[in-house]
Amino acid sequence: MTTASPTSSKPLYHETYKHQEHWRNNEDEFEGAKLGVWLFLTTEILLFSGMFCGYAILRFFYLDDFTAASSHYLNWKIGALNTGVLLISSFTVAMSVRASQLNKQGQLMINLLISAICGVIFLVVKLGWEYGPKIEKGELPGAMFAYGGHAGEYIPSTSDPVFLSIYWVATAIHGFHVLIGVVLLLWLAWRAGKKHFGPKHYTAVENVGLYWHLVDLVWIFLFPLLYLV
Amino acid sequence: MSTTNATSTGNDSHGDGHHDVSYLHPKGPLWVTLWDWATTIDHKKIGVMYMFATTFMFFLGGVFALAVRAELFMPTQVNEAGEIVGQLFANNIYNRMFTLHGVVMVFLFIIPAIPAAFGNFLLPLMLGAKDVAFPRLNLLSWYVYLLGAGVAIIALLGGGIDTGWTFYTPYSITGTEMHRQVFLMTMGAFILGFSSIFTGLNFVVTVHKLRAPGMGWFDMPLFVWAIYATSLIQVLATPVLGITVLLLAIEQAFHVGIFDPALGGDPVLFMHFFWFYSHPAVYIMILPGMGIMSELIAVHARKRIFGYKAIAFSSLGIAAVSFIVWGHHLFTAQTAMANAIFSALTFFVAIPSAIKVFNWVATLYKSGIVFNTPMLYALGFMFTFTIGGVTGLFLATIATDINLHDTYFVVAHFHYVMMGGAGIALFGGMHHWWPKMFGKMYNEKAGIAGFIFVFIGFNTTFFIQFLMGSQGMPRRYATYVPEFTIYHQISTVGSWLLLIGFLIHLFNFIASLRNGKPAPRNPWGGLTLEWTTDAPPIEHNFHHEPVIHHGPYDFEDVVPPFCDEKDYPLPAPLKPSDKKH
Repeated sequence: MTTASPTSSKPLYHETYKHQEHWRNNEDEFEGAKLGVWLFLTTEILLFSGMFCGYAILRFFYLDDFTAASSHYLNWKIGALNTGVLLISSFTVAMSVRASQLNKQGQLMINLLISAICGVIFLVVKLGWEYGPKIEKGELPGAMFAYGGHAGEYIPSTSDPVFLSIYWVATAIHGFHVLIGVVLLLWLAWRAGKKHFGPKHYTAVENVGLYWHLVDLVWIFLFPLLYLV
Repeated sequence: MSTTNATSTGNDSHGDGHHDVSYLHPKGPLWVTLWDWATTIDHKKIGVMYMFATTFMFFLGGVFALAVRAELFMPTQVNEAGEIVGQLFANNIYNRMFTLHGVVMVFLFIIPAIPAAFGNFLLPLMLGAKDVAFPRLNLLSWYVYLLGAGVAIIALLGGGIDTGWTFYTPYSITGTEMHRQVFLMTMGAFILGFSSIFTGLNFVVTVHKLRAPGMGWFDMPLFVWAIYATSLIQVLATPVLGITVLLLAIEQAFHVGIFDPALGGDPVLFMHFFWFYSHPAVYIMILPGMGIMSELIAVHARKRIFGYKAIAFSSLGIAAVSFIVWGHHLFTAQTAMANAIFSALTFFVAIPSAIKVFNWVATLYKSGIVFNTPMLYALGFMFTFTIGGVTGLFLATIATDINLHDTYFVVAHFHYVMMGGAGIALFGGMHHWWPKMFGKMYNEKAGIAGFIFVFIGFNTTFFIQFLMGSQGMPRRYATYVPEFTIYHQISTVGSWLLLIGFLIHLFNFIASLRNGKPAPRNPWGGLTLEWTTDAPPIEHNFHHEPVIHHGPYDFEDVVPPFCDEKDYPLPAPLKPSDKKH
């Protein structure tokens, strides 16, 4: 572990990384951190399950209205675009883990940056093409609902505000998770620039990657439930 | 092998054996020491800070409880002269009092008390580890707790809330004046949830990854098993509370209407969400108490615990069943079919709970019981918890629950489980581990006197409430018909006895800190690893990484470490002829 890499005189951080004192070795620490993140992801799934459960119940109450509201208020093309963006970012995040295992620093950096950019694109699409126009048109949740409909084309039903509540709250909580993910990915990129990750130490890359996959996965469920069915 | 390892890693951080001093040893002048405590990642200091904070919260919640009992001493009536008599507070103040009592006791005292205070202090010691898996996350959880408590106290000072600790909609989202406080209080609960999740997550990983060499799953003390099961519930249930109170706060701020029937939402959905967390949460409260019980019974009766694996698995069984019984809080708000299913499932909880109680009783059989404060609390627990548990079955039965729903019977039941179970186990545990935590002995006579007041006071306060409830006295009312006067007065007098008992304990502990006798390493003759280190423990817990040579309850085979053999004689070896069975 102490031998310096042949290309640089000073050993790099990831080559000499030593676990915190209370762990027995680096492997235990890595495994422990990973287990912790998996547990954390379980809590995330349960958090979103509250939203999915609320969606299921209210959809059950207002089945026809929800179907009509979904196709009227939400544009599946925008949702599909965002789905594609997140799928690409999931791939690049997986590649960045692989790159750190293979010690390919350039690839690591590029993949992390692409992932972060995908996250930003997702948020821009969400805010600019969905939230913005919706606020303008008054397609707002609950008591704030102020949508008049297009001159006789579509008459809002009384349960439209509830559908929009579910839409707004679920996508806002998800969007907040994407935002956190982008910050974490940029933090990884910053550390990758300082050559912190390599085959012997890539705990943070692995764990942020796990988190990012979960954020994608939640969207994979939100997209069809809100936009398609 | 492990010895050389441990010595080298123990010294290489500061190089001078700096870590061999007690964790309580001041680091320098007062402000340096305070800064050291405020930024510590030592699980023992974090545990002790949690202990002081939760003790404060206990007394705060207790003040509200005393206020509630004082108001109920006399019924509010209008006398011949047309004056209102027997009223201490206005009704809306009374509503705030019982709400705040519930919120403070549940979210700020009992949920963090045993896992965060005792769990933090003891879990790494019992596992032979240097710290929990994620020490910095642990410190974060402490500050998140303080933040959540702060937000809750701001809500309290801002006028408090009167919704009851369950925050049921739509009441909690109507009412203009209360808005801000309900919003703050639910945000406080949301923040506290994070603290609870961080603690639980940390403990699960610690148990999986940081057991001492040679310690298999079935060599772990039963307290660790209980904390492990608790942590699983904390990780799996708390996020649902998170989304529930978050939605409630969003509801407050933006009127999104998911729980508001006026806007097309469903208030019963809120009840389901709330109890999906809050029912498992009562096992977050009681399971660690059961863990403490197993330690108290075995050590102070000096006998191998009966049915180790049954107790260990019953903890996991309770954790598993806890997730599928929440509907029994809604017998008056759901379909008959759902009622029948939830009622049947609820009976299953009784099985693992009873397994534990029977095993403790079997452990006591032909053992060497020492009647000191921890053991008295353990015996008291079996009495009160059994009453609490059995009356739970009355409430799980739909036909009786429809009558007893929202009466004092329910109040008495959950106080017998929470206070008579978790609370009493906590006080027993506090006496049991006090010498290890602070290196000082407490006064045994004062401890026993305190126990007597607490035990008698507790039963006086709450047993009578079963009778009141079965005769129809509804809970949460500020007044009552005069027929109930004597019942309420007995209950209120009991609450005063409880107060006396707690004050005796409090002064006993303060006296012990000031000038208690120095504690030996192993005052009770325990066999778990925390008794092998100094009292109070050194900063890195153990001088050498411990290696496990015997089980946690092998009292028949092992003289306890740092104890005199003449105090703890081993039984004479059995003759081959006796060994048949």
